[in-house]
Amino acid sequence: MELLSWGEIISRILMQLMPVWISLVVLFILSIMYKRKLGLYGKLFDSTIGMIGFAIVMFWVFAGFYAGALDWVVTHDPLSQVSGMKNKVPGTPMRGAEENEYAYFLLGGDTLARDVFSRMIAGSTVVIVIAPLATLFAFMAGITLGLPAGYYGGRLDTALSFAANLILAFPVILLFYLLVTPEIRLTGMPQYMAAVLFAFPLIFCTVLINSRLYIVPQKRNIVLSGALFVLLMLYISLINEAGSKITLFNAIDLFNVDGGLLTVFVSVVFVNSPTVFRIVRGLAMDIKTRDYVAAAQTRGEGPWYIMLWEILPNARGPLIVDFCLRIGYTTILLGTLGFFGLGLEPESPNWGATINEGRKLLSVYPHPALAPSFALLSLVLGLNLLADGLREESLKD
Amino acid sequence: MLFTALCLTFIVFFMTNLYPNLEKLAKSEGNFRMDDAAVQTMLSNRGYLQPLPVKYGQWLGVMPGYIIEGTDDKTRRRCQLPAMALEDVPKFCGILQGYWGYSTVFKAEVSSIIATRLSLTAKLMFWVMLLMVPSALLVGVFAGMREGSRTDRTLSTFAITTTATPEYVSGVIFIAIFSSSAFGLKWFKGTATKAMEDANLENFLLPVITIALYGMGYIARMTRASMAEVMTAQYIRTARLKGVSFRNIVVKHALRNALIAPFTVIMLQFPWLLNGVVIVETLFNYKGFGWVLVQAAGNNDIELLLGVSVVSVIVVLVTQLISDIGYVYLNPRIKVT
Repeated sequence: MELLSWGEIISRILMQLMPVWISLVVLFILSIMYKRKLGLYGKLFDSTIGMIGFAIVMFWVFAGFYAGALDWVVTHDPLSQVSGMKNKVPGTPMRGAEENEYAYFLLGGDTLARDVFSRMIAGSTVVIVIAPLATLFAFMAGITLGLPAGYYGGRLDTALSFAANLILAFPVILLFYLLVTPEIRLTGMPQYMAAVLFAFPLIFCTVLINSRLYIVPQKRNIVLSGALFVLLMLYISLINEAGSKITLFNAIDLFNVDGGLLTVFVSVVFVNSPTVFRIVRGLAMDIKTRDYVAAAQTRGEGPWYIMLWEILPNARGPLIVDFCLRIGYTTILLGTLGFFGLGLEPESPNWGATINEGRKLLSVYPHPALAPSFALLSLVLGLNLLADGLREESLKD
Repeated sequence: MLFTALCLTFIVFFMTNLYPNLEKLAKSEGNFRMDDAAVQTMLSNRGYLQPLPVKYGQWLGVMPGYIIEGTDDKTRRRCQLPAMALEDVPKFCGILQGYWGYSTVFKAEVSSIIATRLSLTAKLMFWVMLLMVPSALLVGVFAGMREGSRTDRTLSTFAITTTATPEYVSGVIFIAIFSSSAFGLKWFKGTATKAMEDANLENFLLPVITIALYGMGYIARMTRASMAEVMTAQYIRTARLKGVSFRNIVVKHALRNALIAPFTVIMLQFPWLLNGVVIVETLFNYKGFGWVLVQAAGNNDIELLLGVSVVSVIVVLVTQLISDIGYVYLNPRIKVT
């Protein structure tokens, strides 16, 4: 068999991504049909930039989902090495391909003779799971601390702001090098940090539900205990790991998170939350002077009700925009970690690690590093464009 | 600020002096098959097992350095360089006295390593700033001058793209296009090792552009926003109605007010640039400050790592201070009370 031409490579890749295209088209048709009923999300489809950004982001979300959950888009196993395919250029036919195997390495092979295209797609699975989750956790922590700091002010604010500035003054890479090493993992430090950081969603949900429903105790008890049960189980399973420092509740440990992954997750949340804290604090300080807050205070509402049900919903515009931007930033951070070989196992197909591996032979075989580079670039660009579109649309009201 | 610096260095000190790190240090200094007891004696002979606050005080130079009569009948003092008599060692020796420690990887004094590496990085940063700041301001001003115009759209998209391209992505793309044999252009060199002594366009442009590009987008967007805001102000409209030409309005009336916000941003960009420096120096093999950070952290060189973090923390705090002072100076509406 012969080498594929670039036209053939592109058309084959487009074919391979067919499920993603179909999902994208269906999603866009549905969204545009019902856009007047969908609030801010629907308004996104009024702005071209926002639509382009959303399309790029959803492209990677679908690709990552199909590759990770259904094993669709990828052509080969991202971890298996095929003899004779080392550093082969894009479009090389696979040597000794079986009947049921894909006959080409669409974007070539890397230094360990693995399929670059499949690794690129599989890398998106890691990103689209970790980046939004880590950002969400950072937001929970930032909101839970930022609202009271901005609302009460005073000593609490001074202390929390000082702590936030302390973390912000750290060069991120230095922090990563200090936090994400196997030695630190032995001391259990990431797990203790996880125990603290992951407690914020728990506190947040408890306060959220309690401040709303405390007038109807019966309903509150049911809802709160249900939510707390689920969250506590998740919390314990997350921080707990057999054979490590925290082994308190091994009996109810539902699932195991790989230690390296947990460390990466914790450090990314840790780096992001102070910035979120500052944004939320600023917004809270601004909004607490509004009339509807004064009205709530006069009604005799508790401080947490005011913070979570009066101030927070009115701060949602800037927060949603920042959420999108921050997912992009988190993606970059994850790539940085991979680039320095910190955290995740070296053979895992995350983009940063793949770029790092590919750069060693960059001047001779650039393709293994270029594919994940463009993937990361496009995802972050999509998120930034999406944030831009959202900002434009949310300012229009 | 001093308190912040103390807190930060203490955190770094604490993290680097955790027991598994010390154990690794002992094993790499001694041999890798030492048992736990041997590690213990080796560490305690060298003063590593003193209580943390004491160690921190000694490292800082506010407490007298240790004198330990070791179990191997050798007396050791803190700051004792190889081939130095016991009596010559000063009583207080720490960061404050200018003693930064001894690097186990480079086998040299930390202060001299940091000084040489920092000057190399300063050269890199100088060119980055020279390229980044004017072009970012230019892009921002041109984009914000006429908000919503085609120039604005194009320049804003460009700015967004650069903020979405971290250094390790743009660097890899640049090297692949301009210096790989696969594309065949080979205009520039893919490494900047030679640029340490003799920097020229061929070996220094790619690293400089790579760092500048990522920082540029952010500054440009800030400038654009601030410029666009100024252009809608009342006094600009008055000037316009008076018949001042558009060019004069931009240059004489709008520019100064529009540049206040970007100034702060540029100053606060320094900590971020430090990130970029680390990535780019690793990618282009330019042996500056960022490269030393990676080496120190990767090889568990505790004293060097501490020195590096002290310097970077100071850089960050000083730029924050400059940005506060400069803000007051640039913006007459704000006064220090």
